[in-house]
Amino acid sequence: MKWIAAVLFAALLVLLPSVAGDFYVNLASQILIAAIFALSLNLLVGFGGMTSLGHASFLGVAAYISALLTSRYGFAHGPAAIVSIAGTTAMAAVFGVIALRASGLGFLMITLALSQVLWGLTYRMSNVTNGDNGIAGLTRPMPFGLSLDSAASFYWFALAVASVSFLMMTTFVSSAFGSSLKGVRDQPRRMAALGFNPWMIRWITFIYAGFWGGVSGLLYVYYNKYIHPTSLSTTSSAEALLGVIAGGSGTLSGPAVGAALVLLLKNYASAYVERWNMLLGLVFLFIVLVMPTGIVPGLSKLLNLRRGSR
Amino acid sequence: MQFWIIQGLNSLSLGGLLFLLASGFSLIFGLMRLANLTHGAFFMLGTYFGATAMRAYSDLSIWTVAVWAGVAVAALGGLFERLVLTRLKANPLGQVLVTLGMSFIISDACLALWGGDSIPVPTPRNLQAPTRLFGFVFPTYRLVLVGCAITAAITLYLLLERTRLGAMIRAGVDDAQMARAVGIPVSNLFTIVFCLGAGIAGAGGVLGGPILSAYPGLDGDMLPLALIVVILGGIGSLLGAFIGSFIVGFIYTFGTALFPELAYIILFLPMILVLALRPQGLLGRQGA
Repeated sequence: MKWIAAVLFAALLVLLPSVAGDFYVNLASQILIAAIFALSLNLLVGFGGMTSLGHASFLGVAAYISALLTSRYGFAHGPAAIVSIAGTTAMAAVFGVIALRASGLGFLMITLALSQVLWGLTYRMSNVTNGDNGIAGLTRPMPFGLSLDSAASFYWFALAVASVSFLMMTTFVSSAFGSSLKGVRDQPRRMAALGFNPWMIRWITFIYAGFWGGVSGLLYVYYNKYIHPTSLSTTSSAEALLGVIAGGSGTLSGPAVGAALVLLLKNYASAYVERWNMLLGLVFLFIVLVMPTGIVPGLSKLLNLRRGSR
Repeated sequence: MQFWIIQGLNSLSLGGLLFLLASGFSLIFGLMRLANLTHGAFFMLGTYFGATAMRAYSDLSIWTVAVWAGVAVAALGGLFERLVLTRLKANPLGQVLVTLGMSFIISDACLALWGGDSIPVPTPRNLQAPTRLFGFVFPTYRLVLVGCAITAAITLYLLLERTRLGAMIRAGVDDAQMARAVGIPVSNLFTIVFCLGAGIAGAGGVLGGPILSAYPGLDGDMLPLALIVVILGGIGSLLGAFIGSFIVGFIYTFGTALFPELAYIILFLPMILVLALRPQGLLGRQGA
């Protein structure tokens, strides 16, 4: 049963551009990007117990590096992508060292503070980043000579990257290392007594999450062909965190579902309501108070109850 | 020489302002272990209240406005704590999300009510004349602000160390379970402390108005500064927040004056340095 459902779902994803119009295909591309981003954040929040409020830094920095290298310094997309991912991962390594001095709320405050610094820098260093004007007029890459300019071709590209990232992150979480990560989340002292190094485990996870955050940032800038400091803002980190919590932190598919929901909400709500931030805040209050464990665990619990009663 | 003295004074006044901002945050975090991410929004709300009141009634004194704005923001904070936060005890992630959500709501409401342009807050008329000291000319209001911070620090210190309420709060900080067991109404104390912290932020927002002016995004600018002050000074330590405020005030002012583009980075270097050597902050307690 599960197999058939998965194959059907995959087929549906691949065939989407042949049944849906460009608007929906583009929306689906955005959802894929948001899903990679939310999944990478979930490595920290759900599996590592490290609530980060600065995850947008990785998305934003990867996007800015790629944008600057290609538009200003004449890099080709390939080398720019490599430098951008490497740079973002290196930054994650440094941020991890700083933020992991603390745990719990201290960790959250430090990640928030660090991301605000980057956000501030992208605004202030306007001779490099164009400040509030953002960097426009970017191009999409041409992997193996294929143009990604049509909605469908970009969607397939994003789908391929998303599938790889989903597989890699799932493998990471279900590996022995992933188990030790969950161990460190639940029982750090016991894990330390057993000879594990909690700090190292957390740090490696932080770097890995930063890496995938960077990947989503690259896709993000390819898709939009534009980058603005708001991509690094607390709101952007918070939207991702909302997706993770709404979908179900610590589950494998929950964050993707949550990210999709937040994005759909944003797209549809912004057509009717001007006050997206206020709506976002209200959704926060609602989710936390009414559905604290998230949608996916909630639904699967419901399904299990049904099955049990049969 | 002139540059150093003027910038030194600016640093002092910014430090004073930061203490008005961060002391409430530190108080709430210290007692409730609650990272109240609405704090920047409370501060901004105070600034907007101040701007509106003082433009509408030009004969109002800034002190009256600060008190009333403080009371209004404290009441709002109290409602929020009672209605929402009490349901989220022992759920730090939920508290973070809810306070963040609340800050979005407040800042968006401010944008809807007051628009996107920045609103200058007039300096009180009797404080507009500059002060001459040792042959230098200083803006009087900035000096007064330092005085405000020192007064607030002393008042808070006396409240915490010399009153019965303060003793109960300290007991709650040290061991909430034991405090409950000996009959201290800890959850009422939480509400009082939350109101107090929010109120100081609101009043501080009014007093900071003439320097900062009210603009959308003020909350996002102030919140990280409060975080840095508290991380630097040590979580839950009032003296730490005081010292941290002035350190950050100096670094930010001189950083902006000497290396305008790097001010934000320079601001974070001491935080990183302190965290590397003393993870609990300058005056934080071990294991807190």
